[in-house]
Amino acid sequence: MQVFDLEAQGLRALNATLHGLSGQTNETAWEIVNPRGSHAIAVGVDAPVDITVRGSTGYYCAGMNKQATIRVKGSAGPGVAENMMSGTVIIDGDASQYAGATGRGGLLVIKGNASSRCGISMKGIDIVVHGNIGHMSAFMAQSGSLVVLGNAGEALGDSLYEARLFVRGSVKSLGADCIEKEMRPEHLLLLADLLKRGEADHLAKPGEFRRYGSARKLYTFNIDNAAAY
Amino acid sequence: MTDFPHTPPRQSWTFSNDVNAEIRRAAATGIYDIRGGGSKRRLPHFDDLLFLGASISRYPLEGYREKCATDVWLGTRHARTPIHLDIPVTIAGMSFGALSGPAKEALGRGATEAGTSTTTGDGGMTEEERGHSRTLVYQYLPSRYGMNPDDLRRADAIEIVVGQGAKPGGGGMLLGQKISDRVAAMRNLPKGIDQRSACRHPDWTGPDDLEIKILELREITDWDKPIYVKIGGARPYYDTALAVKAGADVVVLDGMQGGTAATQDVFIENVGMPILACIPQAVKALQDLGMHREVQLIVSGGIRSGADVAKALALGADAVAIGTAALIALGDNDPALEAEYNKLGTTAGAYDDWHEGRDPAGITTQDPALYGRFDPVLGGRRLKNYLKVMTLEAQTIARACGKSHLHNLEPEDLCALTLEAAAMAGVPLAGTNWIPGRNGF
Repeated sequence: MQVFDLEAQGLRALNATLHGLSGQTNETAWEIVNPRGSHAIAVGVDAPVDITVRGSTGYYCAGMNKQATIRVKGSAGPGVAENMMSGTVIIDGDASQYAGATGRGGLLVIKGNASSRCGISMKGIDIVVHGNIGHMSAFMAQSGSLVVLGNAGEALGDSLYEARLFVRGSVKSLGADCIEKEMRPEHLLLLADLLKRGEADHLAKPGEFRRYGSARKLYTFNIDNAAAY
Repeated sequence: MTDFPHTPPRQSWTFSNDVNAEIRRAAATGIYDIRGGGSKRRLPHFDDLLFLGASISRYPLEGYREKCATDVWLGTRHARTPIHLDIPVTIAGMSFGALSGPAKEALGRGATEAGTSTTTGDGGMTEEERGHSRTLVYQYLPSRYGMNPDDLRRADAIEIVVGQGAKPGGGGMLLGQKISDRVAAMRNLPKGIDQRSACRHPDWTGPDDLEIKILELREITDWDKPIYVKIGGARPYYDTALAVKAGADVVVLDGMQGGTAATQDVFIENVGMPILACIPQAVKALQDLGMHREVQLIVSGGIRSGADVAKALALGADAVAIGTAALIALGDNDPALEAEYNKLGTTAGAYDDWHEGRDPAGITTQDPALYGRFDPVLGGRRLKNYLKVMTLEAQTIARACGKSHLHNLEPEDLCALTLEAAAMAGVPLAGTNWIPGRNGF
């Protein structure tokens, strides 16, 4: 286990060190101590390593992650795992706004609640939230899956494209062009896999969820839909 | 019956034929007009400024003999590897999707041969432009289409796009007819559907967040790349100041003449300010912060000639960017294609339905039959020639003003032909010492 004291060694040194790692390293386990809410912790990592952050983080922790498994033993500030490409990011606490924004791959697990705009513009990432999510989540979400064991706030899935949304609790309101859809067997299988990988299969069963997706009525601009925008 | 003189037919200024035609078009279709390009209205512009040239009080430099340098450094504030260009005319961001692959290749070829940079657009980085651009600026846009850390690292600079001159405060829309398999794959969306680009970034709001976003991008790229912030010409003093505060290395300022691939005509013509009015405000913000020349300023929006370049630099810019002019150099709106423009219901010089993907010049299209007509090698050569001419023109003017570098041009070299231009540019009305708005007048 490599231990990096962020307070003592600084952010630039941390990220430069992590960027120096490749698939051919034996330094595969890292622990970052004293994060103290710093921004941009472990951003742009591109190696199959395990990184544990001992404490809460500021903005954009694990941004653009590739390959790495990053676990935050605390809560995460805005934009955690934004534009993630692959790998896994696990937040033991809560996540602030824009969690997983524009993510293109990989898995983001939030064991607490996520604030507004969770999964905004997601492009292939899978997100599993054990708690609730805030308003405008999955806004303009393009692809990937968002699983919420708790409740969803207002305007879920507004202007949604092809992302799949699964919510176990209540949905305060659906956004423009987002509708409830039939849960078919393939969705139950997908959900079971996501719950397992999201460390939530002991907390919920696939059959307890409802599925939401795009009505695809806003895919091509039509003046008669102007009131929906 | 007495034959009295009749009142001749009189057209309304307010309800002109153009206005009435637009009302009829709106009534017939129920949709606003979408088009490409920038503002077409008559605006105060660089044409309203003149250089004074040398005289007894100024000593000119000999053309073709005495050196007038043209190079520019960009990104010297924080980046480990700032950009050094041979000429201060760069190619503005234009997306693959809006433009064809061969057109992007031609931009890269021409810019590289002329010693300057190109810029990606909304839709990600293509091999055509990376492969053919020695210096490539990678745009970071609200849509984040195609965004990935590998392209960030293989770019030479990163440009965070907050706004653009054609539509400050607006997002974008690439209509379904231009969404080919390749464009769709790069944007991670189904083929053939309209693709919206948000007007705000998905994971930051305001200058304090922007500072943290810039920090993140610097950390991802190990502080190697210059980071530009592009703003539309709306509130240039405050936006420039806030971009500097947020940590920008370069501010890119785009006036309302700046083009777009597709936006509502009402937006293009009624939101934002002409670049002439924007530059002095941005320069003042930099000067007030003690950052003029330390944070570089690139301006765009209606730059057409070396005279425009020289005037922009004299007002305090470090470089300019061209978009529409570059497309014209490649062959867009060429009268040689008049018959084909006529078939589309338009005429060479006026064609602006770039969003429809039917460009006979093969530049603003994803139709293989159309872009197959476009020769990227020839296009690149034409762009290089044009960039060289612009540079020579700017040097000619600078030498006449006694300047050994284009950056030595200054507002004192200029006068204005109109009150509006004098007030906006902050230079005297020709033949007077009067700068409207200064000293209480």
